[in-house]
Amino acid sequence: MIEDPRKGARRGWAVPWERLSQYLPAVTMTVLLLTVWQAATMIWDIQKWLLPSPVQIGRAAVEARQLLGPHIWQTAKETLLGFAVALGAGTLLALAIDFSPTLRRAIYPLLVVSQTIPTIAIAPLLVIWLGYGIWPKIIVVGLVCFFPIVVSLADGLRSADPDLIALLQSMGATRRDVFFKVRWPGAMPAFFSGVKIAITYSVIGAIMGEWVGASRGLGIFMLRATNSFRTDWVFVAIGIIALMSIVLFLLVAALERALLPWYYTAEREERWEEL
Amino acid sequence: MPFVISGRADALAETRLGGGQVDKQRDDSGVIGVGDKVVLRDVRKSFRVDGRVTVALDGIDMVARDREFVTLIGPSGCGKSTLFNIICGLMEPEAGQVWLNSRVDGRRIGTVGYMPQKDLLLPWRSVLDNVILGPELAGVDRRKASREARELLPLFGLAGFEDSYPVTLSGGMKQRAALLRTVSCHRDIMLLDEPFGALDALTRSTLQDWLLGIWQRFRQTVLFITHDVEEAVYLSDRVYVMSARPAQMIKELTVPLARPRCRDMVATESFLSCKVELLAALGT
Ligand SMILES: Nc1ncnc2c1ncn2[C@@H]1O[C@H](COP(=O)(O)OP(=O)(O)OP(=O)(O)O)[C@@H](O)[C@H]1O
Ligand SMILES: [Mg+2]
Repeated sequence: MIEDPRKGARRGWAVPWERLSQYLPAVTMTVLLLTVWQAATMIWDIQKWLLPSPVQIGRAAVEARQLLGPHIWQTAKETLLGFAVALGAGTLLALAIDFSPTLRRAIYPLLVVSQTIPTIAIAPLLVIWLGYGIWPKIIVVGLVCFFPIVVSLADGLRSADPDLIALLQSMGATRRDVFFKVRWPGAMPAFFSGVKIAITYSVIGAIMGEWVGASRGLGIFMLRATNSFRTDWVFVAIGIIALMSIVLFLLVAALERALLPWYYTAEREERWEEL
Repeated sequence: MPFVISGRADALAETRLGGGQVDKQRDDSGVIGVGDKVVLRDVRKSFRVDGRVTVALDGIDMVARDREFVTLIGPSGCGKSTLFNIICGLMEPEAGQVWLNSRVDGRRIGTVGYMPQKDLLLPWRSVLDNVILGPELAGVDRRKASREARELLPLFGLAGFEDSYPVTLSGGMKQRAALLRTVSCHRDIMLLDEPFGALDALTRSTLQDWLLGIWQRFRQTVLFITHDVEEAVYLSDRVYVMSARPAQMIKELTVPLARPRCRDMVATESFLSCKVELLAALGT
């Protein structure tokens, strides 16, 4: 049945309970896992330094909350700056690849090779070259994040329907028109997929950058906690890292929804639900 | 030499051309009538894919005159869409000439309104923004183009849907939006490639009457592709039948029905005899 399509744009946000209920399975699953974990540590009486229980981790978080602030802030800064660098460089590289087939052949293999080098191997070199400041971390985050951005945008730009391009050309469109009116907007869903992958890796990138040498940040906090057998603090850090990744991911997803309303029409989603 | 006219000019010249534009010289390659909006001379085109050559068009001759509704009919894959791609300037023929508005030189691209076989609406644009694509590319002021398009929306059965995205439209609505987009380019020649091909019979006959209404109002020269013999006879002034690949024009038929057309004509003898003739030419 064809409903009034004008509803499409507004619908998704109209009923809060419906939206909240979508998260119910995730919440239930998490609570269930935590319960099993808690029960297991209690039943087998597992040592705190070996595997702390969720309750112990919670207590440790409260205990460490004064300490954590500057570390979180530092890691967040590195993550966001590194991600911004990746976004800028990734977009430029994708445009270069898209602009000329020669550049595509020249750049693409190098991109792939760049991903085969373990970040852990590069990070110490970056410290040797750039010192213990924030730059090595930004670059590690950038290296981890830029690849999905380049590939998704370059492929998205190439995936434009040739018939659509022909239609615009038949109307007298220039190459510029075709880019801005067909290829760029058409590449956006793919681009956002890449950005979502990148943002998920970004926090881990910052942590790896810090492991090699830093005075502040969640990575160094974790390292110190491990060395002093404060396993509960290690888990606190892991929890915060996970939370940061989720928040960043949700921010990107929300941005995508706001910018691509045509891709997230209520009709399209209902159809997916039905399938 | 841009303009060539024929002896038929006297009959047609009154309404068409101011005398100043007419070049009285003739040219050995042939004669083009003043009212001839589209003329194809011995147009040939083949495709080479993986070393295999497919001859699509093997010497196509045809004419579409001013304000005429001309239909091309032919078996699937014979080269109808290819012919349209050539006429609108997306492809060049290997041999032969294409005359648009009595001109054979220069760029054809942008001269005709082309509605491709797929509706090809931009999914990220609202119906209204899709419709004004042509004027937008031509550098027309957006507000002016939108105002004009809004006025035409009701005529195309799209009133109230200007802000909807194409995914939310039905098949028939998409076709009408694509047609409005073509009309909004304001070209006096329109190429419509199977606009109703994917629709059910009922929607199809409604849209046929509706298309005739639109055409009565705007009076462009229309070139129309279909697989449906009845549709061809019902809509057209003239019908060309193309052979299977390599395609040639194997028949030209003038439809003797009066305008405006109405559904009752479908049962008349002249309608049926046209149908029979076309079916015979198509070899079915
Ligand atoms: N760009 C192309 N490259 C190679 N071959 C092509 C190309 N375009 C068309 N052809 C070939 O030319 C022939 C005619 O194609 P065309 O699309 O013009 O047929 P058609 O008459 O429009 O068919 P239909 O009625 O099914 O739409 C086909 O055999 C097709 O494979
Ligand atoms: Mg076709």
